[in-house]
Amino acid sequence: MNERIRRLRQQSLDARPTISIERAALITEYYRSGVPGRVSVPVARALGFQYILEHKKLCVNEDELIVGERGPAPKATPTYPEICTHSMEDFDILDSREKISFGVDEEVRRIQRDDIIPFWSGRSIRDRIFEDVDRSWRDAYEAGIFTEFQEQRAPGHTVLDDKIYRMGFNDFRNKIKHTLEQLDFYNDPTALQKREELKAMDIAAGALIDFAGRHAELLRDLAAAESNPSRAAELTEMARICGRIPVNAPETFWEALQYYWFVHIGVITELNTWDSFNPGRLDRHLLPFYRKGIADGTLTEERARELLQSFWVKFNNQPAPPKVGVTALESNTYTDFCLINLGGVTEDGEAATNELTYLILDVIEEMRLLQPSSMVQISRKSPQAFLERALRIVRTGYGQPSIFNTEAIIQELVRQGKTITDARNGGSSGCVETGAFGKESYILTGYLNLPKILEITLHNGTDPRTGTCIGLETGPVDEFRTFDGFYGAFERQLRHFIDIKIKGNMIIERLWARYLPAPFMSLLIDDCIETGKDYNDGGARYNTAYIQGVGLGSITDSLTALRYHVFEKETLSFGDLVAALEADFDGFADLRHMLIEETPKYGNDEDYPDAQAIKVFESFFDAVDGRPNTKGGHFRINMLPTTSHVYFGSVNGALPDGRRAHEPLSEGISPVQGADRKGPTAVCKSASKIDHLKTGGTLLNQKFTPQILADDGGIEKLAHLIRGYFALDGHHIQFNVVTAETLRKAQQEPEKYKDLIVRVAGYSDYFVDLGKDLQDEIIRRTEHGID
Amino acid sequence: MPVTGNIFDLKKFAIHDGPGIRTTVFFKGCPLECWWCHNPEGMNAEAECADAEYRRKAYDLSLPLDTNVIGPNVAVDTLMAELRKDSVFYMESGGGVTMSGGEPLMQHDFLVQLLDRCVASGIDTAVDTSGYAPWEELEEIIPLVTLFLYDIKLIDDELHTQYTGVSNGLILENLHRLCGAGGEITIRVPLIPGITDTDSNLHDIVRFLEPFERIEHIGLLPYNRIGEDKFERLGITYKPGRRTTQDGNELERIAGLFEQHGYQVSIGG
Repeated sequence: MNERIRRLRQQSLDARPTISIERAALITEYYRSGVPGRVSVPVARALGFQYILEHKKLCVNEDELIVGERGPAPKATPTYPEICTHSMEDFDILDSREKISFGVDEEVRRIQRDDIIPFWSGRSIRDRIFEDVDRSWRDAYEAGIFTEFQEQRAPGHTVLDDKIYRMGFNDFRNKIKHTLEQLDFYNDPTALQKREELKAMDIAAGALIDFAGRHAELLRDLAAAESNPSRAAELTEMARICGRIPVNAPETFWEALQYYWFVHIGVITELNTWDSFNPGRLDRHLLPFYRKGIADGTLTEERARELLQSFWVKFNNQPAPPKVGVTALESNTYTDFCLINLGGVTEDGEAATNELTYLILDVIEEMRLLQPSSMVQISRKSPQAFLERALRIVRTGYGQPSIFNTEAIIQELVRQGKTITDARNGGSSGCVETGAFGKESYILTGYLNLPKILEITLHNGTDPRTGTCIGLETGPVDEFRTFDGFYGAFERQLRHFIDIKIKGNMIIERLWARYLPAPFMSLLIDDCIETGKDYNDGGARYNTAYIQGVGLGSITDSLTALRYHVFEKETLSFGDLVAALEADFDGFADLRHMLIEETPKYGNDEDYPDAQAIKVFESFFDAVDGRPNTKGGHFRINMLPTTSHVYFGSVNGALPDGRRAHEPLSEGISPVQGADRKGPTAVCKSASKIDHLKTGGTLLNQKFTPQILADDGGIEKLAHLIRGYFALDGHHIQFNVVTAETLRKAQQEPEKYKDLIVRVAGYSDYFVDLGKDLQDEIIRRTEHGID
Repeated sequence: MPVTGNIFDLKKFAIHDGPGIRTTVFFKGCPLECWWCHNPEGMNAEAECADAEYRRKAYDLSLPLDTNVIGPNVAVDTLMAELRKDSVFYMESGGGVTMSGGEPLMQHDFLVQLLDRCVASGIDTAVDTSGYAPWEELEEIIPLVTLFLYDIKLIDDELHTQYTGVSNGLILENLHRLCGAGGEITIRVPLIPGITDTDSNLHDIVRFLEPFERIEHIGLLPYNRIGEDKFERLGITYKPGRRTTQDGNELERIAGLFEQHGYQVSIGG
């Protein structure tokens, strides 16, 4: 990378995340003005968005090529009091917590205390949610049965398609005008609602155009004051770009990147959407601009690289908004889950890999930033060189890119009812979530703690941690005579908690639709403009709500131990087992040894334990898949944990697989840490026995020692391993390439390993930013070495 | 009466025992007693009592084994079921199954059955052999084997006898015949410091191989100390004592020795 990029990158790395009170103060000022009370809710939200963009401080960092920060400076992170009003205690915790902290200065505290809290208290959506859900939901939530994504962050979980590269915001406004003209007040009872929503989208579109215009003006002033003529020329060009886009469709590579970036800032300023949003299939979207620039001599490969690198820095400058409470535990990271997709297929089904794919891979390798995250979509048609190039980056131990199966993604989407074209234009975002880019709202609603439901079944509906009965009374364990009988009880318990979760989701979806529509986001996702409906109210072409299963390995091994020892070998009575679990195996060392060492385990390609994985997966699928949500779509499942397996582990007592109380659960669909003893092919085989195509994404983590990838032969074999897993319909696989020794050193001397990025679960993070228990867990994950 | 054999290990995702992703089957029993043996638990043809470490390993094989012995008796059917599990990876990678040991030819009937079944299942086969077996037995498996990984350790017969316990006459003679009979051959040379990696031995090997035009690949196996620890656990003296492993430069130099004679050389397999 050149000197400029090195500087910008370093600036981004050095910036400490802080809380910026700017957005909170502006939105509060706006709400206090009384305007929102005089207009419809969508229009009120759009005017609020406009107010923020009109008044926020602009930031142009020295020497940068892409402009626009969400806060007043890199990593100055706003809050969203209308969603979650932080208490003063929250601010203390954010400021002082050891991991994922945000600096909070005195002035910020004062404004929060005097202006923000008094106005928003009881009015934030978080307050409304906890008020509106019922007792059984709160009990299950507090017990750690499930989490709730939308309690302090907005439904996001979507990715942009190619529309901004074809259309300017003027084109969007014309589309809005057209729909408005077609509104049929004589026959359509929702016409007024649609009119308000469309008016709101138009205001939001205008707001972003003006925001870019403010940048154009500032850049012109900076250019005039700039003494260095080459920088002055750059600033002039940047000013020109900010005047041309997003009003018009982009014509150059630089314009395309800057256009996307304004859109990105718009989305993450309007609301604190989960999986902050991202450009998706970047190598495809930018290709026409790249080729045109190279052909007419206005762009060189080096310039394109520099622009992309500058673009990368912008992502890294925007940490995920601060999370508190359970949500901080389930997703404790600065990363905001922008997942750039490379490769895959075109909408005609051809391999989409192109020269820009490789250029972007170079950028990923060189930048080594936490954000944006990146993935490669490997189709049967993808060239081997592409996969091997990606693996050579994986080899550097940076945890990126993760590897996805294009054919699986497409089949998952088609199974859910998407057209083949929308499916081929889709991909994965967040950690591993499948989506029809630009056309789908695919909301993750919460993680589900499968082993906790087993624990509650083992205690006849009572949570042993609190002694409270929160589940169904399915009977005391010693009354079960067969494994199937016991499993039936677990299945009823599972359904019970999923019903509670879904009821809560129905309420929460409506609260968002009613109080916090997202007119700006709605501009970007088909078919919100055409239908005059908000993104948060079913305006997207496809509306999916996911529940994410966690702890598949742990529950599989636990059920297997029960089946094997209690019901088949009869080496153990159910009562003795429960007594050992309640004692956290204290005084039961031999029994625990038997459970760990002399019990079949998931992850070894043995049908006996793997049968329980299939059983649990199918029960979970049946309980969720196809049930309607409030947005015209359906509930679906996927299997990923982010960091919830650590949180869920902390509320779980000892489990029949020999795991002690409070230790992390297994993550994704990976085996329990250390239970897989027959190498990576066996893990892939076990993991492929559940039907990935019935999910919206699964996550498989594999850890390799660097030696295995040392030569190109190793890379080639790893590529074959991946192709094999994908031939079995595996959805995703990711690799950690570090030695346990390195990780232990990093634990002891974190200051020396600040740049050590590891794969956590669907994303990468700085190892030293992880909690001690998660660090330990990563160290424990099996290292597949070779002799 | 189903044919059974004694197997002391089974390794999946073996990536250094032939092309692609393979499963390596370790046959128990070997006619040689190489000082540096990596798998001393495979030397004795009889099943042996296992310590805790080996019990766990046997358990991990997940074969219906008697977990108290090293190298328990396994039926061909049982083993085949396990070998077939990774078929998709063999196909994707052009891999298959490698018979190793010990010396697989020592359990000749079992080996033939197993190879036969692999071929019938469309699984590619390789045999890692010391070459120390009656020619007729080697000849019989030729049509069933795609690749021979053929070990050449020492050319000087006196040294060979000293360090492996047997003369190399039969080994070199069999290689000669094998080259005439077909089958792909990779020569594997374990690089034991001061014993087999001496310039004189390596030059001898090059000279010996010269007439065999069909041999194109040499696999150099750098020294490591895995065997040392195993010998200790089995209560056998590790005769080579402490030796330093070759560094990258040294390995490159040795590889160059073969490369300048037109061989393709791989290190580690």
